[in-house]
Amino acid sequence: MASTANADIADKHLLDGKDPEKIKQEMLRDYPPKIARKRAKQIVINKVDKDQNVPEISSNVRTIPGLIGQRGCCYAGCKGVVLGPTRDIINITHGPIGCGFYSWLTRRNQTDASTSEDGHNFMPYCFSTDMQDKEIIFGGEKKLEQAIQEAYDNFHPKAIAVFATCPVGLIGDDIHAVSRKMKARLGINVFGFSCEGYKGVSQSAGHHIANNGIFKNVIGNDDTVREGEFKLNLLGEYNIGGDAFEIERIFEKCGITLVSTFSGNSSIDDFANAHTADLNLIMCHRSINYVAEMMETKFGLPWIKVNFIGAQATAKSLRKIAQYFEDPKLTEKVEAVIAGEMPEIENALQMIRPRTKGKRAMMFVGGSRAHHYQELFTEMGMETLSAGYEFGHRDDYEGRKVLPDIKVDADSRNIEELEISPDQDRFKPRKSSEELKKLMEDGLAFSEYDGMMTEMKTGSMIIDDLTQHEADKLIESFKPDIFCAGIKEKYAVQKHGIPMKQLHSYDYGGPYAGFVGAINFYKDIERMVNSRIWGFLKAPWEKNPELAANYVFDE
Amino acid sequence: MLLKHTTTKIKERSALTVNPAKTCQPIGAMYAALGIHGCLPHSHGSQGCYAYHRSALTRHYKEPVMAATSAFTEGSSVFGGQANLVQAIDNMFTVYKPDVIAVHTTCLSETIGDDIPQIASKAAAGGKVPEGKYVIHANTPSYVGSHVTGFSNMTKAMVDYFAEPGGEKTKTVNIVPGYVEPSDMEEIKRICAAMGIPIIMFPDTSGVLNGPLTGHFKMYPDGGVKIDALKKTGQSMGTLALGNLASSAAGFALDSKCKVPCKVLDLPIGLTGTDMFIDALRTMTGENVPDSLMFERGQMMDIISDMHQYFYGKKVGLVGDPDQLLALTKFLVSLDMVPTHIVTGSPAGKKFEAELREAVKDVPCDVNIKLGGDMYLFHQWVKNDPVDLVIGNTYVKYIAKDEDIPYIRYGFPIYDRIGHSYLPTVGYRGGIMMLEKILNALMDRQDRDATDVNMELVM
Repeated sequence: MASTANADIADKHLLDGKDPEKIKQEMLRDYPPKIARKRAKQIVINKVDKDQNVPEISSNVRTIPGLIGQRGCCYAGCKGVVLGPTRDIINITHGPIGCGFYSWLTRRNQTDASTSEDGHNFMPYCFSTDMQDKEIIFGGEKKLEQAIQEAYDNFHPKAIAVFATCPVGLIGDDIHAVSRKMKARLGINVFGFSCEGYKGVSQSAGHHIANNGIFKNVIGNDDTVREGEFKLNLLGEYNIGGDAFEIERIFEKCGITLVSTFSGNSSIDDFANAHTADLNLIMCHRSINYVAEMMETKFGLPWIKVNFIGAQATAKSLRKIAQYFEDPKLTEKVEAVIAGEMPEIENALQMIRPRTKGKRAMMFVGGSRAHHYQELFTEMGMETLSAGYEFGHRDDYEGRKVLPDIKVDADSRNIEELEISPDQDRFKPRKSSEELKKLMEDGLAFSEYDGMMTEMKTGSMIIDDLTQHEADKLIESFKPDIFCAGIKEKYAVQKHGIPMKQLHSYDYGGPYAGFVGAINFYKDIERMVNSRIWGFLKAPWEKNPELAANYVFDE
Repeated sequence: MLLKHTTTKIKERSALTVNPAKTCQPIGAMYAALGIHGCLPHSHGSQGCYAYHRSALTRHYKEPVMAATSAFTEGSSVFGGQANLVQAIDNMFTVYKPDVIAVHTTCLSETIGDDIPQIASKAAAGGKVPEGKYVIHANTPSYVGSHVTGFSNMTKAMVDYFAEPGGEKTKTVNIVPGYVEPSDMEEIKRICAAMGIPIIMFPDTSGVLNGPLTGHFKMYPDGGVKIDALKKTGQSMGTLALGNLASSAAGFALDSKCKVPCKVLDLPIGLTGTDMFIDALRTMTGENVPDSLMFERGQMMDIISDMHQYFYGKKVGLVGDPDQLLALTKFLVSLDMVPTHIVTGSPAGKKFEAELREAVKDVPCDVNIKLGGDMYLFHQWVKNDPVDLVIGNTYVKYIAKDEDIPYIRYGFPIYDRIGHSYLPTVGYRGGIMMLEKILNALMDRQDRDATDVNMELVM
């Protein structure tokens, strides 16, 4: 008996001196019992065993009505996230005005149109059919058709995409039929996305629909093989705050040719040509892995997971690329670039580390950022106490090894899975199976992602689809030095007296990717966790109220 | 160029909106509901709606914006959102303990045809609504009207649900402030207090969306109109509804429900707009206008006369919400400025257009006016007939930069500056702030463009 009890105590991993299990129970206590049972599976105390196994976390499950969380909708994931950053497609939102309005320039995707011959850039524009009650009753297909015509007449784009919002699905407008008709009439690429907001359980469904749509309608449309060595695509990098520009800078220095980025600083022409590259790199695994999988099946180019958030992570990712291409010239160049960039990183870290070391962070964002940004905090000597995704799946938490065990529920089953087979003429394995085997033996993992939890400490709190209530409890319990999430969470956190960093919009700063980005991030976080303002929360008379009693002259 | 595809060539469009000058109803309803103390707004639709509305309001106010959602799935879209809303009501009252939940609908739940009062009574019958707590609602289909309509509908819902008819009439005046900023609501309260008039203002977002940093997060900030006050609006002596589109529905509802006479006024923006408001307060209550307000009026007059040369004849392009546009146009005309292009995305109606045309009838040039227009058209007008100043929300920044025109941020949303939630633009004091903004924009430009020869020290 005694030995079991001791084992229990030894088994308890404290988090920042506190019992995470107890805090979890405190969070759940305030929920109705049924809700508490559901949330209990989405709040997991991490435990990494010697074989890198981690506990199961319930994720990509329905949002609980009324709890106040972070998630957005399918449309936001499709139009806002994946297709939004492409500058030369006219994206028409088919629906009432709001959806188009809110996704108008708000994600900070930067683009450089000067690199395209035609210079097209429609990103500062918002296009909508502004559906009215008349169309809800009688159907909106005619208006959509006319809107596509007007977009063409006014702007002469080379492609138009149509995005369905909630009511479109309900009233049964066939946006794909209208798109096909207009494609034939206008002679440009016109394609639709059935990304009604109610589909799936989060933005994630929209990512999948966007991936399918680009794959069906664009990838492979142009077989021109571009000049350049070491050709690759960067998937799941959206150029927020200029991240993609920094990665492009590094690639150029290394002599790596970037065929396309999905979809930061991108042109539809690059997508059409993407299948001619020899390797796919995946940054945001959640939002884009489908395209990588489909390209591998159809065209034969493999994918590897990379991370350009963090200086060490960037160096590691560059080395993976060099390893893949097996060219001593590239390896040498990559090492030279890393060696050239690192002194500045070291200098920056030396300056900031004394003021960041030991500070504690929490991050709840996206489907990969909550993982990637831990790299940067680690470099600064900071610890991530708690993290979670808004719309991640189990594979993003626990690694792709759990893929066969994931139960497909009704909400996911409604999202189309494309049947892909090798392209008869264009399928070309980039490496022989012997070559792949050798690379894998040498440690290069293909089609692999180990997820966030394996890299986090035992005892950390992993929370999927964090609610406002849980965020408040976390902040009150741990008083972290910094909390990272999105715009909706930002000011509530700061009212608590805790600095809050937006990891979607970067608080309008950045870039944070690559080497330059790492230094930007170090400096921003150092500034935030040491800002003087948090020391002024109490007025002098609140700090020393007894002084008031000393000035009683009447006695 | 930011908007490089915008040319001078205007082509008639009937189906495509480009760069909208409005957004959808639910966000206005959410904003209005935040003006009730202890209220948790609830969006009955997909979770994307509340995520977008909360994000937009948060970017505009740089404040927490708490609201919840029914989080429709494909199943609820087919079978209706009753189960979602009942569960949401239970969860909200259990976990977040609001005094009132203000449900607004969305295009999704409206297309399905969910009956909110029926669902709310089901929740109440199931014991999900604690004693003394309320669930109110407004229908806010996104495919009708604009964000202003949503504000109007939720404000009217406050009357429908809370105003109690009967009882002794009091000396209190109801004020429906319109879709204005927390700072404006605060200023309206100050003016009424200066006149010694007790008021009930609803909604009231002051102290909600311009709150302090104290180190303690309050789910329900101190501001907002109290439920008890809303109940008493039926006993007030009268209602002043500021801004026809945003406020008259609530004002008239009070009239028909509780026989409280309602007077609809322009927003108290500018000299004459404020004059009308104060005069209406005076005649309704019999209170005198205090010297302090006369002093502020005199200061505003003083600035206008001192700086008249900088206003006179300057052409202005305006894009924004109807109530604001009307008051602002009258204000600019009173300064001898020339409103040249006026665009709102909201379908504000023929009466509004007639009033706006009347306001500019003596302006010495053709005035372009478009209701249900967009910023793309506005930009094309500006390209064809350049102006000295553009006034509008943050998206107008792109036009101002491309065309190199002085620019004042005004309206919703303002994502890139602070100030609007703290410094009012209504009343005489607000007018002085507007004058300062207009002058700064125009005079900074004169300084910037001055040569080494004609730079002015004193202006």
